[in-house]
Amino acid sequence: MDLSAINPILLLASLMVAATPILLAAIGELVVERAGVLNLGVEGMMITGAVCGFIVAVNTGSPWLGFIGAAIGGALLSVIFGILTQFLLSNQVATGLALTLFGLGLSALMGQGYIGIKAPSFPDWHIPLLGDIPVIGPIIFQHDPMVYLGLAIVAATWAFLKYSRAGLILRAVGENHEAAHALGYHVMRVRMLAIMFGGACAGLGGAYLSLVRVPQWTEGMTAGAGWIALAIVVFASWRPGRLLLGAYLFGGVTVLQLNLQAAGAAIAVEYLSMAPYLATIAVLVIMRAGRAPGSLGQSFHASR
Amino acid sequence: MTEPLLRLTGLTKAYPGVVANKDVSFEIQPGEVHALLGENGAGKSTLVKTIYGLVKPDSGTMTLEGTAFTPAEPRAARAAGVAMVFQHFSLFDAMNVAENIALGMENPPPQREIAAQVRKVSDQYGLPLDPDRVVGELSAGERQRVEIIRCLLQDPKLLIMDEPTSVLTPQEVAILFETLKQLSAEGTAILYISHKLEEIRTLCDNATVLRLGEVVGECDPKATSAREMAELMVGTKLHVPEKAAKPAGETVLALQALSAPAPHQFGTALRDITIDISKGEVLGIGGVAGNGQDELVAALSGEMRVAPDMVQFQGQPIGQLPPNARRKIGLLAAPEERMGHAAAPDMSLTENAIMTAMTRENLTTKGFLHWAKARRFAEGVIKDFDVRTPGPANAARSLSGGNLQKFVIGREILQAPDVLVVNQPTWGVDASAAAAIRQALLDLAAKGAAVICISQDLDELMEISDRFAALNEGRLSAPRPAQGLTVEEIGLMLGGAHDMEVAHVDA
Repeated sequence: MDLSAINPILLLASLMVAATPILLAAIGELVVERAGVLNLGVEGMMITGAVCGFIVAVNTGSPWLGFIGAAIGGALLSVIFGILTQFLLSNQVATGLALTLFGLGLSALMGQGYIGIKAPSFPDWHIPLLGDIPVIGPIIFQHDPMVYLGLAIVAATWAFLKYSRAGLILRAVGENHEAAHALGYHVMRVRMLAIMFGGACAGLGGAYLSLVRVPQWTEGMTAGAGWIALAIVVFASWRPGRLLLGAYLFGGVTVLQLNLQAAGAAIAVEYLSMAPYLATIAVLVIMRAGRAPGSLGQSFHASR
Repeated sequence: MTEPLLRLTGLTKAYPGVVANKDVSFEIQPGEVHALLGENGAGKSTLVKTIYGLVKPDSGTMTLEGTAFTPAEPRAARAAGVAMVFQHFSLFDAMNVAENIALGMENPPPQREIAAQVRKVSDQYGLPLDPDRVVGELSAGERQRVEIIRCLLQDPKLLIMDEPTSVLTPQEVAILFETLKQLSAEGTAILYISHKLEEIRTLCDNATVLRLGEVVGECDPKATSAREMAELMVGTKLHVPEKAAKPAGETVLALQALSAPAPHQFGTALRDITIDISKGEVLGIGGVAGNGQDELVAALSGEMRVAPDMVQFQGQPIGQLPPNARRKIGLLAAPEERMGHAAAPDMSLTENAIMTAMTRENLTTKGFLHWAKARRFAEGVIKDFDVRTPGPANAARSLSGGNLQKFVIGREILQAPDVLVVNQPTWGVDASAAAAIRQALLDLAAKGAAVICISQDLDELMEISDRFAALNEGRLSAPRPAQGLTVEEIGLMLGGAHDMEVAHVDA
């Protein structure tokens, strides 16, 4: 094994890139769950976003339009989930699982003519001045804009939940929907908006895989990233700060194990592949301090 | 006569299968304290929800200060000056007091300002409350203060209060009434819903009685006796529990210096509780919520284990035994919280019966359930305790609070315990059901069982107890014979108004 083949700066730099898709999907799901809805369809929305983004980007030549298309695609898929669970009161767990299966199939169908094509390139930002700082510059300030957009969404979500009136109402709806209804808040409206935000974020996360990370379209390319996003939300105790930590930890260990594999570490590949999952879960379980929103996963019907 | 603040004319609301309100009409004047009386299911809740904009009436009209009042949602009702304190607290457990209050306001100022206002109003009305505490860790009494202060911050013209005093001590009630009278003198009308007729007699100017959705009478509560009002509500003569005199029996349960640390951060530690309870006795334990009631029940039921000698049953140390072992020897308990603690809401009544009766009623053999036997037992409870439900296959959740309470108390009584511990046996239960539950407890004691009744309803304790003791910060006072105890003496035993001061409103 040749550890010197691993460049620590490059390693840390690719950590942020590796974490971004999961971060985007997870922050969306966090908002959905804080509103009291458990959407297990993250994987399906991610892959739908990945294919929508890829198709739009290839046809327009613009990765930015691709990301917008991905967000719309993910949100549209989530609307199906929202209508089924909020208006038709179907079971959220079953509907979410179905959404994942549906999304995987739908994306395979949509992406048939796009296999093997390369996505239009999405250049990295070289942030002036900050990007020139030695060591820190390449690690933090020389990425593509989506990395920073993802961070911005996390920060905005944190501030929204903590400081804004609308965020307070969203948390209230998730905490006790009966009481929120009694006080005159629109439980279904809040939840539909949250579900759509979650869908759009999952779509962005998926498109980051197909447009930046890989960057091409293959069937089933999210490969479980949506499930990791779901797990991170729970283990992060529904808090944006911990969620960021969890996503970066997962990204970091993923990149590290890939590097170790490349360097020919004397550990079976299977163990290395396990490492990111184990490390993320272990750390977040140890840090875990919080409880689920009170109405999480329950259907609401204003019957009384 | 001036134009009333609120006039209801011919309000009717029907749900599939039931008419909740039928042609209800009455008026509330500005500054009037108006009582709304009726049994569970008489349509009081539907009526106040209509006024608060949560329910749309099928027909009928409301006018507020002379103009048509049709609130499409609570927001509109609040904007028009109607505020409501809910019976089942509409609070958010994971949020702090200030956030909960902000959610009930139309245009809340920033959190810090709310915190300051909460401190001011809570000081002004003698309802101490820390705006930064998380609501999930507050006692029932404190939660109610949150609800009340949430309403007061909105300067309402009409304040609707649904069962506000069920968790307060006499002193706290007195202070609340001072607050309400002050508000009424300032011109705020109050629509007051309660089962406690004596309270209505001291507080209210007028009363409207509902039965099965219809107005069956109006009266001046100050000139009408509680019994007359109760009979108007029920429609028949009211049965008052009768207590038979009986000699003191031998000691069946003894607590020896029972002490236990607080089970969670905002719980209460039990301190050095020593008392003997004899056969055939009803021991009433009073006290303000959060003074160790839940912990005492947990220590007696076996949910919280203590040192073996601290709890002795017929001379045997049992402090270390788990709940089922205690049930087996005859020590049964019915906790306060019906939904989720005493009963699993989504399981059928038969299944709920199995949960506690499994051991004593022999409902299992080698781990297999006797469904037929369990069903018969559940049917027995339903029949003997007049639980109104289509049958034992119905989910516990589908029962009204009073009916479920009759079921969970009846379930324990039918197992013929030697000692029965009940916590708040008639909370939120209507007058006739409460009388039935109390009578059942007395009958059980008459058969030789010891009953420990923990309650915040002092009238109830005075009615059924042989001896009375008070819990205060986890300490139990020396018991005194209940006969002849006055409200003032009880107040002193409770340690005065816990954490309270008299309202000093500078109006």
